[in-house]
Amino acid sequence: MKELEYPFDGAWIMKKRRKLKNMLLEDRSIRIEKRIAVLGGSTTSDIISAMELFLLNLGIKPLFYESEYARYWQDAMFDNPELEKFKPDIIFIHTSSRNLDFFPENVTCTPQEMEDALMAQYEHFEQMWERISEVYSCPIIQNNFEMPSYRLLGNSDAWDIHGKINFITRLNCKFYEYAQKHPSFYINDINYVSACYGLDEWLEPKYWYLYKYAMCVPAIPVFAYNTVRIIKSIFGKNKKVLALDLDNTLWGGVIGDDGQEGIEIGHETTMGQGYEEVQRYIKAHKQMGILLTVCSKNDEENAILGLEHPSGVLKPDDFTVIKANWNPKDINITETAGELNFLPESFVFVDDNPAERAIVEGQIPGIAVPDFETVEECISSIDKAGYFEVTALSADDSKRGEMYKANAERAKLQKSFGSYEDYLKSLDMNAKITDFEPIYLQRIVQLTNKSNQFNLTTRRYQLDEMNKIAGDSSYIRLCGSLSDRFGDNGIVSIVIGEIIDSTVHVDLWLMSCRVLKRDMELAMLDELVRQCREHSLTKIIGHYYKTNKNAMVADLYGSFGFDKVQEFDNGDSTWELEIANYKNKNYVIRVNEQERITR
Amino acid sequence: MTHEEIMERLTEVFREVFDDDTISINDGTTANDIDEWDSIEHINLIEAVEKEFSMNFQMREVSSMKNVGEMADIIMSRAGSAVKKKRGFFR
Repeated sequence: MKELEYPFDGAWIMKKRRKLKNMLLEDRSIRIEKRIAVLGGSTTSDIISAMELFLLNLGIKPLFYESEYARYWQDAMFDNPELEKFKPDIIFIHTSSRNLDFFPENVTCTPQEMEDALMAQYEHFEQMWERISEVYSCPIIQNNFEMPSYRLLGNSDAWDIHGKINFITRLNCKFYEYAQKHPSFYINDINYVSACYGLDEWLEPKYWYLYKYAMCVPAIPVFAYNTVRIIKSIFGKNKKVLALDLDNTLWGGVIGDDGQEGIEIGHETTMGQGYEEVQRYIKAHKQMGILLTVCSKNDEENAILGLEHPSGVLKPDDFTVIKANWNPKDINITETAGELNFLPESFVFVDDNPAERAIVEGQIPGIAVPDFETVEECISSIDKAGYFEVTALSADDSKRGEMYKANAERAKLQKSFGSYEDYLKSLDMNAKITDFEPIYLQRIVQLTNKSNQFNLTTRRYQLDEMNKIAGDSSYIRLCGSLSDRFGDNGIVSIVIGEIIDSTVHVDLWLMSCRVLKRDMELAMLDELVRQCREHSLTKIIGHYYKTNKNAMVADLYGSFGFDKVQEFDNGDSTWELEIANYKNKNYVIRVNEQERITR
Repeated sequence: MTHEEIMERLTEVFREVFDDDTISINDGTTANDIDEWDSIEHINLIEAVEKEFSMNFQMREVSSMKNVGEMADIIMSRAGSAVKKKRGFFR
């Protein structure tokens, strides 16, 4: 729903929220259900209703637990059967500078006394986070602190240890140190958001006196959206690909008319600087694993010419796919998505032309299309929408573009072989299938939250839960990575099976679509069977849970030789394999061989 | 702007906020007369009314208004008066 995408009219959303909620609930789209506990240090009711709207719009149906007014600490610290029964998927601690109970506001304090106060304030929070991790083992979202409305010491408030600004700044830094050491702990940057909104308005005191809100009511949707960015990222709803127009988007002018020397890019001209900064901003996304693609109405040679401009930051090599032709843009994007094995809805389409934006938006449901009028608005319209909100960076992210490019080369090679099997053999594939090693847990969790298509059960895991599974001997865990003559694809497939009596129940089986049709799933199955035999298990039970995205694996177990033992009206099915007579199926990938040689 | 005009526009705001096209209000209407008008909805109602009439209620007014009639009187005396408050050095 466009009204709930950035930039939105917050006042209108709040006025219409009942109607909007009903419309969203009636649109019959499929949503994942998530349980979110909001523990507030001030009023939270409208914050929750705004979060609900944004989450529904992003494909997440939230169930909320709301603490009694300002009882965040008590709720988390003491036995709380209601919250324990609620089993939160996320706990969001909504505190603000109104909750700084340990700040002395006394300029005669000694440095030691100030330090003690800071530590006491910090520990008040830290012990709460520790208890939450212990009791609830779920991710925590914690606000940092916004700047205060007055400065008792004037400018000295910033640096003098007695200043509240100094206190808040140091406390925030301590929060960040905690975040750096705890992967399931996320900071909600209320300090940045309030600054962008305008601190004076944000802190309008009547909203505190009247309603005990820690921010002005009109700012609530802005704040809620910022919080939702983190939640949707944790649950795998980030966008993954940028599809970029060229003329008047990545440079000023029309390359086909103006030629390479005529377009505006680089710091020599006013406009050129604007486009250079846009290119720099876009290019930086590659490090986060976002794929860059071109979608431009141009002759291809002109597109390349523009991208080879000596002052340009983006070069032809930075793009995984370049579509420069005269076809409708929605068709080009759909084709690009097909080539990369992504869903078109995981794209963000950036184009200065409102007419092109409208067509793409109308033709591709779920695609994000930021609105902007001029080059100077472009970065902010992408950035503030939070399409790519980072909640975990893994080493694989920065290489993703290269891996997809290697895929394109493989496709070329494929054409020159007589049979598909010859082609697979020529790829010289080596797989490593291991247990979940600690350094890969982050990536494994990331995969469980991102994979939609080749995913039998679409179970999402959080890091804490995965840690438990990794240490539990009643599970068989397979983590598969695949390399070939064109490069290393990194970790591409995950299987989790729970051992119950003499059978293994497959809770999770997923594979990255970048290694489709490479027989990697067969290598994984061989290894699963081998481990079952080691454990003297006799049967594998698999489930297919139908979603609107995983039709490609509806018959995966059937193709493996499993028997379908149950089929449900909703499309789900249950499958069984007796492993006594199983023979290995993969003969094109070498599995764990490199390791054997080095041993 | 007459009292009637204000009541007409207020009715529209009430209907939008409570998402109920059957709501009708008069000077004597209070929170007790509308099921969904609780302390939480009161906040959204006040915000929506301020926006509709480009005015701001004072804190004291928000906490002491007795019925819709009093609300309309305040609007009458102040509609269109909302100017962005000048605060800070840079605005």
